[in-house]
Amino acid sequence: MPTRLAQDRPEDVPPDLPLTVYTPDSSLASPAKMIRDMLRDLLASRELAWRLAVRDISAQYRQAALGILWAFILPLANTLIWIFLSGAGVIKVGETPIPYPLYVFTGTMLWAILMDAINAPLRQTIAAKPMLAKLNFPREALLVSGIYQTLFNAGIKIALLLVMLPFTGVDLGWGLLLFPIALASLILVGTAIGMLLTPVGILYTDIGRALPLLMQFLMYLTPVIFPMPKGGAAAIVIGLNPLTPIVVTARDWLTGVSAEHLMGFSVVNLLAVLLLLGVWIVYRLAMPILIERMSS
Amino acid sequence: MSEDTLIAVEGVSKRFCRSLKKSLWYGIKDLGSEIRGRRHGGDGHLRPDEFWAVDDLSFEVKRGECLGLIGRNGAGKTTLLRMLNGLIKPDAGRLTMRGRVGALIALGAGFNPILTGRENIVVNASVLGLTRREINDKLEQIVDFSELGDFMDMPVQSYSSGMTVRLGFAVASALEPDILLLDEVLAVGDIGFRTKCYNRIHSLANRTAVIFVSHNMPQIARLSTKAMLMSSGRGELFEDVFPAIEAYNALFAHCRRTDWHLAPGVTLDYIKINGRQDQEAISLRTGEPLAVEVRMALPATVTAIEAQVSILEPSGDVIAGINSLLSDVPLAISAPTKSVRLSIASPSLNLGTGAKLLSVGVKDANSRLVLIRAHSAWSLNVSGDRFISAPVYFPASFSLDEDIPC
Repeated sequence: MPTRLAQDRPEDVPPDLPLTVYTPDSSLASPAKMIRDMLRDLLASRELAWRLAVRDISAQYRQAALGILWAFILPLANTLIWIFLSGAGVIKVGETPIPYPLYVFTGTMLWAILMDAINAPLRQTIAAKPMLAKLNFPREALLVSGIYQTLFNAGIKIALLLVMLPFTGVDLGWGLLLFPIALASLILVGTAIGMLLTPVGILYTDIGRALPLLMQFLMYLTPVIFPMPKGGAAAIVIGLNPLTPIVVTARDWLTGVSAEHLMGFSVVNLLAVLLLLGVWIVYRLAMPILIERMSS
Repeated sequence: MSEDTLIAVEGVSKRFCRSLKKSLWYGIKDLGSEIRGRRHGGDGHLRPDEFWAVDDLSFEVKRGECLGLIGRNGAGKTTLLRMLNGLIKPDAGRLTMRGRVGALIALGAGFNPILTGRENIVVNASVLGLTRREINDKLEQIVDFSELGDFMDMPVQSYSSGMTVRLGFAVASALEPDILLLDEVLAVGDIGFRTKCYNRIHSLANRTAVIFVSHNMPQIARLSTKAMLMSSGRGELFEDVFPAIEAYNALFAHCRRTDWHLAPGVTLDYIKINGRQDQEAISLRTGEPLAVEVRMALPATVTAIEAQVSILEPSGDVIAGINSLLSDVPLAISAPTKSVRLSIASPSLNLGTGAKLLSVGVKDANSRLVLIRAHSAWSLNVSGDRFISAPVYFPASFSLDEDIPC
C-alpha cells in the first residue's frame, strides 16, 4: 500500500476549487446557470476550436495533390455545364443583371459556401465521435472549428472571385464593402440549419444521406443558376424560400448590383439568430444523451 | 462534505438499453423530455429492454486517496467513469466534483494521423484542457517524456500503437489535475515506459483524488488506498484493498480450467484431499496440515514414481509446490499392477488468505512420463485470523530488545 510521508501533505490547499455537480435534472430548469455555462464554454472553446481547425485544414490539404484547387473545382464545373446548356439553347434562362457566366459562377460559389456551413456541424460532430465519447471538452469548440474551416474555404473562393471580377468588366460598387455582412449571414444561416439537423443526424444516418439530395433540390428553388422569376407559381415558391434573400443579396453586393431584397434579408437574418440560439441550447442538452446512445 | 473531499457520489444510478433500435428511440424520447425541462431518468423505473448499468452507488474520495475500481467486464465501471467525467447524465442521484478533472482514458484523442507528433501534441493537449500558455511552457517536457526522438517530426500514421500510446501519455502527463480518472491505460508499453508512468502517477497521487479502473490486481494493490468491487451495477466498498481483491478473485473461482489426464494403463480409484473425496471446494486455515491420498493401479513398467502437489493463484500462476524428489524419498513399487495408495502429508501449509487452486500430479520417476495429472481440480479457500496478502509466507521468530549496550 502506498505510504504518505508527513512532508508530502500539501501545505496550502486552495480554498475554492471549481465545483461541478451532475444531476438528472434538465439544464433548462435553471436557465440563468445554463446561459452562464454556455457563454463560459463558448469562450473556453476558442483556442481549442482554432487548433482543431488548423489540424483539419492542414491534414486536408497536405494529402490532396490538387490542394487548394478543390475549393472551387465543383462550382467551376457546375458553372461550365450551365453555361454550355444555356448557350446551346437547351435551357432558357431569363435576363441576368450581369453576364450569365459570371452570374452562375458567383451564384454557385456562394451556394457552395452556404452548403459548407450547413454541413459543418454534423460533419465535425461525427468526426469527433471518438473524442466526444471519452473526454469532456467544451462542445462548442466543434461548432466554432466548423465555422473557422468554412470561413477558410470561403476565403479562398472569395479571393478568386475578387481577383476575377475586375477583369470581367463588372462595375464593383459600394456594395462590396457590405459583402462581409452577407458572408457572415450565409454562415450564420448555414450553421443554424446545420445545428438543427445534428442531434437527430447523429442517431439516424438517414439525415446525413438525405442532406446532399435535399441541398441539390433546394438549389433549384433558389435563384442560383437562374434569375428571380417575374411571376407565376415559381416566383411565389422561390420568393418564400428563406435562402433566396441571402444568396441574392450576397451576389448583388459582390457584383455591384443594387440589392432589392433587403427586407427579406433582414428578416431571415433575425430569424436565423433566434434559431441559432435555440439550436445551440438543444445541442448542449442533447450531447450527453447522444453520447450515451452512439457508438464510441 | 469536508474540505478535502474532491469526489462525492450519492445514490447514483444509470440505465441502459439492450436493443439498438429501442435505444435510439429512447434517445429521441429522452431528448424530447430534456428539452421540455423534465428530469432525466423519469420515475426511476426501467422501460422495456432496459437494465441498470449502475445501481444506487455512493462513495467519497478525498485528496490523496486512490479508489481502485474493480469488477468483471460489463459491471458498470466505465459507465461510472463517464458519469464522473461529465459525459453522460445520471438517471438518479448526484455526483459532485471539486477541482480540475484530468482523465487518462483515451490517450491520443484528437490525433490526426497525417500530422506529425509535435503538431498532434498541441491538439491533444488542447483537447485535454491545457491552455495555450501551459502548452507552450510544457511542450519540451512532453517531448522529452515521450522519448520518441526523431519520430516527433514524422506523421503519426507511421507510428506503432505503442508509440502512439507513449505520445498520448506524454501529453497527459503534463496535466496537473485535482481529480484523476484512470481507465486501464497502463496496460500497454514496455516496462521502462510503464515504470515512468507509475512514477508520474505516484507523484500526482498525494495531491489528487484518483479513481483507478484496472483488471490488473497487482497494479490495483500498488496504487489504491481503498477499493470498490462492482458487479451488475452494484458496488461494494472496501476500506482495505486486499479483501476487495480476494472478493474479485472469488468471482472467478468457478472458472478454473480443470484438466484431468490419465496415462494409458493407469487406473485411478480416488484422490482424497484432507480425508474428503468428491469435494471440489476445500476450506482450510492457513498453517494447517494438508493430506493428500491417491489410490491407483499403475502399469507394470513403472517401478518408481514422483509425487507432486502445486498450489496456484486463481490466475493460474504457480505459487508453491510439494515434490517427493526434494525430500529424497524414493517411492519404489515392488509389485506393479497391484493397487497402491500414495500418501502425501505436509505439516503446515503456509499460504496467504483467499482463494487458491490445487493440483496433484504423479510421474514415472524413470521415464518422466506423466501418469496422473489433476490440474486445478480443487479450489482452496484459505482463511486465517488476519488477512495475509503475500501468496506464501514463512514463519519467523521476532524479538525487540531494549537497553542494548553499544
